[in-house]
Amino acid sequence: MSALAHPRGAGPAWLREGAEAFLSRYAGLRARLPGDALRREAGAAAFRAHGLPGVRDEAWHYTSLRAFAETRFAEPLTPVADCGALMARLPAIAAPRLVFVDGRFRDDLSVVPGQVAVRVGGPAYGALARPEGEPLVALNTMLAEDGATIEVAAGAAGGTLLLASLGTGGPAERPAAFHPRHAVRLAAGASLTLIEVAIGNGAYLHNPVLEISLGAGARLEHLRLQDESHAAFHLSTLYADIAEAATYDSFALVLGGRLSRLDVHARLGGPRATAHLNAAQVLGGSQHGDFTTVVRHDAASCASRQTVKNVLTGRAHGVFQGKIEVARDAQKTDGYQMSQALLLSPDAEINCKPQLEIFADDVKCSHGATVGELDAEQIFYLRSRGIGESTARAMLVRAFLAEALDPISDDAGRAALEAAVEDWWRRQAA
Amino acid sequence: MLEIKGLTAGIDGKPILHGIDLVVPDGEVHAIMGPNGSGKSTLSYVLAGRDGYAVTGGTATFDGHDLLAMAPEQRAVAGVFLAFQYPVELPGVGNANFLRTALNALRRARGEAELDAMQFLKLARAEAKRLSMPEDMLKRNVNVGFSGGEKKRNEVLQMAILRPRLAILDETDSGLDIDALRIVADGVNALRGPTTSALVITHYQRLLDHIVPDRVHVLAGGRIIRSGGPELAHELEAGGYAAVVADAA
Repeated sequence: MSALAHPRGAGPAWLREGAEAFLSRYAGLRARLPGDALRREAGAAAFRAHGLPGVRDEAWHYTSLRAFAETRFAEPLTPVADCGALMARLPAIAAPRLVFVDGRFRDDLSVVPGQVAVRVGGPAYGALARPEGEPLVALNTMLAEDGATIEVAAGAAGGTLLLASLGTGGPAERPAAFHPRHAVRLAAGASLTLIEVAIGNGAYLHNPVLEISLGAGARLEHLRLQDESHAAFHLSTLYADIAEAATYDSFALVLGGRLSRLDVHARLGGPRATAHLNAAQVLGGSQHGDFTTVVRHDAASCASRQTVKNVLTGRAHGVFQGKIEVARDAQKTDGYQMSQALLLSPDAEINCKPQLEIFADDVKCSHGATVGELDAEQIFYLRSRGIGESTARAMLVRAFLAEALDPISDDAGRAALEAAVEDWWRRQAA
Repeated sequence: MLEIKGLTAGIDGKPILHGIDLVVPDGEVHAIMGPNGSGKSTLSYVLAGRDGYAVTGGTATFDGHDLLAMAPEQRAVAGVFLAFQYPVELPGVGNANFLRTALNALRRARGEAELDAMQFLKLARAEAKRLSMPEDMLKRNVNVGFSGGEKKRNEVLQMAILRPRLAILDETDSGLDIDALRIVADGVNALRGPTTSALVITHYQRLLDHIVPDRVHVLAGGRIIRSGGPELAHELEAGGYAAVVADAA
């Protein structure tokens, strides 16, 4: 089959043409791309078969990829030397760090950890990703150049590790595209705090896939800061497989990107496993941010918790799609999902779609959603104490976000996210 | 200090105040008593500048300045403080941070140096102690999870820290047990002085046993129908509002 064969599907021309552009890049690059050629070819076959998703695909109903599909990207071939200004924007956390620039590992900028085994050099394909079901995972599998495998041995405390992506931005007419492929594996009883940061300048596509496996009783605290350039596309997919009594505790803060989507697939595979998929999106201008989760309860007595907050100004568009699937044997499931959105301007928009698919009969699953403006009574209370209106409003928005950030147990990580929010405020005010 | 003349106001097009005349001189405590629905809370909200209340006539001046033309925060800066009947919960806003922001906003507007976190905590702890309030009230979110009595005491704590020149207490005694009532009264009495005044809005006479007013006004049907000394409160307690309202009619 030719790499230029037309993808199936009756989507609009721009969608087909966008997919074809990636396939033709792949045709030119594939001889040079490292790693498992069979996996890569399987990814390409899936991408060829399904193409890019359109708004008629149920999972993409609220997020149009049009602007992305109409952009012609180039996979960068030469590494960028100077990243000083971007490096300075990374959170000041005293921890080992793995730094990727335009999707490639940079030894010179990284500090490789002691307690954690790290392998780099080529994509870290794992067993969890499903390119046939996720078009952007297929795209990643097809074009991935690099990635890290991060492993913590049984019972070991891995400490804190920073995983950073720096996008340097290509020429405006041909932005860079990079598709890093990472794997994190915690053996039984191991622990790790992973702080993932994505920042950049100018236009680019960052399309990472991260596959996380947690052994029995393992614990991963995963803090994610998506603070990409406002001209960038951030389309990430994460898979987490959580074994018996293991905990995946994640919080994603989305501030950046022109078009952003965080897809999270978490599977609670053993009894008493726990997943927290919390997020806050703070968006302005014409930013679009989509947080989509699928939590699958495959074992009994597992708990999943999701609190997702959106603060939207300008013409920003926020999306939260949360699906909870409970298998027949997953009795005593405890699933909770809450979406809270604060719309600070009349043109801001939020779409929230909860979905519950329950096949067991002894479960507790709840979901809720609130959408609102700032509370007039709260504003008056603050003003009646002498606090000016704009300060009062800012205090209440911060308070709304503080409720999301306060429960983060890792102090350094929480401080980094709080600093990023404060930075966002300064940029808004400027 | 406060001069209200012929004040008429309403909400959603419904008139509630039908011409209030009231003068509270420097250093005096005045009580406003009245049955439910007489306009007591409307008067306090209009004086504090809450949105949604339309002033349709009359004037209210504070030290000669047009109070009704000021934004709520400007009134606070001028020295007006409303202790809310139903204090508002602010999830995610720490009480200490809230109070410090408010105090520094007032100090800044008055050209005074702002207090840093340590200076503020020292002040706030001392005031909390004086009001027999647990110190952890400063660490909690504003009014979140507070009992009714704790919310009212938190209003008095704010008042003690912000030191207004005119304190308006809107049914601050409602829902308080006798110990809390005494704490609230002590807080108000501590503020009394030749240049500070208070307007104590209450349904019952019992708060006025602890905060002895210079004048008592009876508000009914959106008008002050009778004024007198502290003995008027006792008369109301003995005979009820009905008799006074009927006399005035």
